[in-house]
Amino acid sequence: MALVLNEEQSMLRDSARGFISDKAPVSHLRQLRDAKDATGFSRELWKGFAEMGFAGLLVPEAFGGSGLGCVEAGIVMEEIGRTLMPSPYLATSVLAASALARGGSDAQKWQYLPKISDGSLLAAFAVDEGAKHRPLMTKLKAVRSGNGFKLSGEKAFVVDGHTADLLIVAARSAGAAGERDGLTLFLVDPKTKGVAVERTAMVDAHNAARIVFDNAEVNADGVLGEVDQGFALLDGVLNIGRAAVASEMVGLSEEVFGRTVTYLKERKQFGKLIGEFQALQHRAAQLYIDIEITRAAVLKALQTLDASFDKAGAAVAVAKARAGTTATLAVQEGVQMHGGMGMTDQFDIGFFMKRARVCQELFGDSNFHADRLARMKNY
Amino acid sequence: MSDLEKFRSETRAWLQANCPPEMRKPMTSDGDTFWGGRNTKFSSEPQRVWFERMRDKGWTVPDWPREYGGGGLDAAEHKVLRAEMAAMGARSPLSSFGIWMLGPALLKYGTEAQKKEHLPKIAAGLIRWCQGYSEPNAGSDLASLQTRAESDGDDYVITGQKIWTSYANYADWIFCLVRTDATAKKHDGISFILFDMASKGVSTKPILLISGYSPFCETFFDNVRVPKSHVVGTVNRGWDVAKYLLQHERAMISGMGERGVGRPLGQVAADSVGSDEQGRLEDPMLRGQIATFEIDEAALSAAAERAVDLAKAGQAHPAFSSAMKYYGTELNKRRHEILMSAGGIDALEWESERSKGGARPRAWLRTKANSIEGGTSEVMLGIVAKRILDLPGA
Repeated sequence: MALVLNEEQSMLRDSARGFISDKAPVSHLRQLRDAKDATGFSRELWKGFAEMGFAGLLVPEAFGGSGLGCVEAGIVMEEIGRTLMPSPYLATSVLAASALARGGSDAQKWQYLPKISDGSLLAAFAVDEGAKHRPLMTKLKAVRSGNGFKLSGEKAFVVDGHTADLLIVAARSAGAAGERDGLTLFLVDPKTKGVAVERTAMVDAHNAARIVFDNAEVNADGVLGEVDQGFALLDGVLNIGRAAVASEMVGLSEEVFGRTVTYLKERKQFGKLIGEFQALQHRAAQLYIDIEITRAAVLKALQTLDASFDKAGAAVAVAKARAGTTATLAVQEGVQMHGGMGMTDQFDIGFFMKRARVCQELFGDSNFHADRLARMKNY
Repeated sequence: MSDLEKFRSETRAWLQANCPPEMRKPMTSDGDTFWGGRNTKFSSEPQRVWFERMRDKGWTVPDWPREYGGGGLDAAEHKVLRAEMAAMGARSPLSSFGIWMLGPALLKYGTEAQKKEHLPKIAAGLIRWCQGYSEPNAGSDLASLQTRAESDGDDYVITGQKIWTSYANYADWIFCLVRTDATAKKHDGISFILFDMASKGVSTKPILLISGYSPFCETFFDNVRVPKSHVVGTVNRGWDVAKYLLQHERAMISGMGERGVGRPLGQVAADSVGSDEQGRLEDPMLRGQIATFEIDEAALSAAAERAVDLAKAGQAHPAFSSAMKYYGTELNKRRHEILMSAGGIDALEWESERSKGGARPRAWLRTKANSIEGGTSEVMLGIVAKRILDLPGA
């Protein structure tokens, strides 16, 4: 397979770019932030997204979706990254849709996937508990009760958890923190007694939630996949999420870089365009190279997920780690090269810096994935 | 089965049947590389067998046209062959500046007679080439070169000095940049010319490097007579040929950063620093460095694959090889810094049996030239700034 987009994929990119740049430029995020919007994204735009076929992009055709792959999901994420469009896409269409399509029973798929495709159901994926992403350290307890389970514990950084109609929750049904066995995924209605959702507006003006579970009851139908053997499904879905966020960071990095190079060609000091100074030229060139190499690594991960899903772990670790360091560099250089203007709220570049920081943490930062790669390679 | 899948299974079967087991092991010394040429010798019987079998299939240069000794493979087939060879660890049967550098330039700029004369001999490993580019006063500023070619009837008479000529003392022929018009602007008076290193007036002198080896030479031309028909491309337009060739040279050098040959770095490090009960390196900072390095190495490898695919799709930027050259060489230097750090005091032995004559420190020192030869890292960044980013005054 060639490591470039094919014709259909290029067309998808063009249509996603057209829609997003037209309807949701960075000013869209700014307006929502300034208005302290309760939802944090536009439901109307989400409807438009669904009509374009994006909401059900990863949903199999039998359940009303487009049945496309991770490369295509990554293409949409990259375009989201360019304008920082706040959207349920990651939580609902990438994470929840993948979890249900890969781990759900037929009944579960019929119940949720068509609604994800038509944009009428929003979902969230609740994994993290501590300050850092450590899925194996999951402590939230699932205790058998009657024909189901009772969940107790806390989740944090649940992306778009404040608007979700459905929560997918990783819980420990057996074993101890750190063990692979004993994890189970549950489908939970957030209106269930004992579930308390607190919206947390994040540094990047996107939204997440802290969710407390206090003996919240889930019946047996709410188990997604196998009891105690949920780690493989969880890790697989996380890998899709990691590659998707890496794609978002590629779009974000390229946009910041493009804006910065434009500024280097406009801003004059000492009677010269600042882009004439070799100190800045070389740093710009290094950043360009970094982004291009990261772009290849991310596309490689997406293609590997589509071609041989179970063997994609290393490629995904490489992609997420690279994308994190590249985006961090891109936003830092972006602010620095914009000088004082880069520090102002009025200027958009700060929005990219804030989003990059959140994307770094999402599903494991660069250090997490470097450690992961080292473990995979036995050193 | 698609034609390509059929080609894959046939190729795999052929390689399995024809690549000797000794030629599937990582190269460990200079003698493992076969360079061809008039005076060459094979370092082992399997090396000879492997070379001859590949040559007979045209697979020393798989994507060159058959009429010039190549394999005539299209881009997709060539990618399959490379992947299958990599999967079994098969060594390259022939290493050659003729293949990596001169060949692509001849295919683009050579006359039919020049192609017929030189390409089959490159493919068959009969002639070993060297590159006459740099001069004592023309390094990064290559276009200021001063080696003169004076017109004399049907010949040029060439006088001057080249430096850093890799393996000039072993080479049979040279592709060389010479000044054919001393009055033109510096880029406009250069021609690209080929001649036999056995010509009267050519001499070479190896340069001892910090590694203790002498892979480079000073090369002197004292009234060397060369037929005018040996100019490649248009007279005084040699800079175009030179730049085109440099793109291929840079792509070749950048490949140094992504060759995952030999034992993985993590295991090499474990040999000397040890591992804890969970199998993690005892030195956690070194472990982090290695993991970060391997992430960048994997990413570079993806970028190299993508660069080839973009070129095939007609979407490649012609200056992108400068980007790859920069990153690949810096990465290779990092690899060897890590190897030295992992080896600790063992990696400091210069002359001892245990260290195989100081193989590791000598290789480490050799890599310092990677970001200088073929255009320095700073020159590469300048090219990216000017030609890709279009920054002012670059």
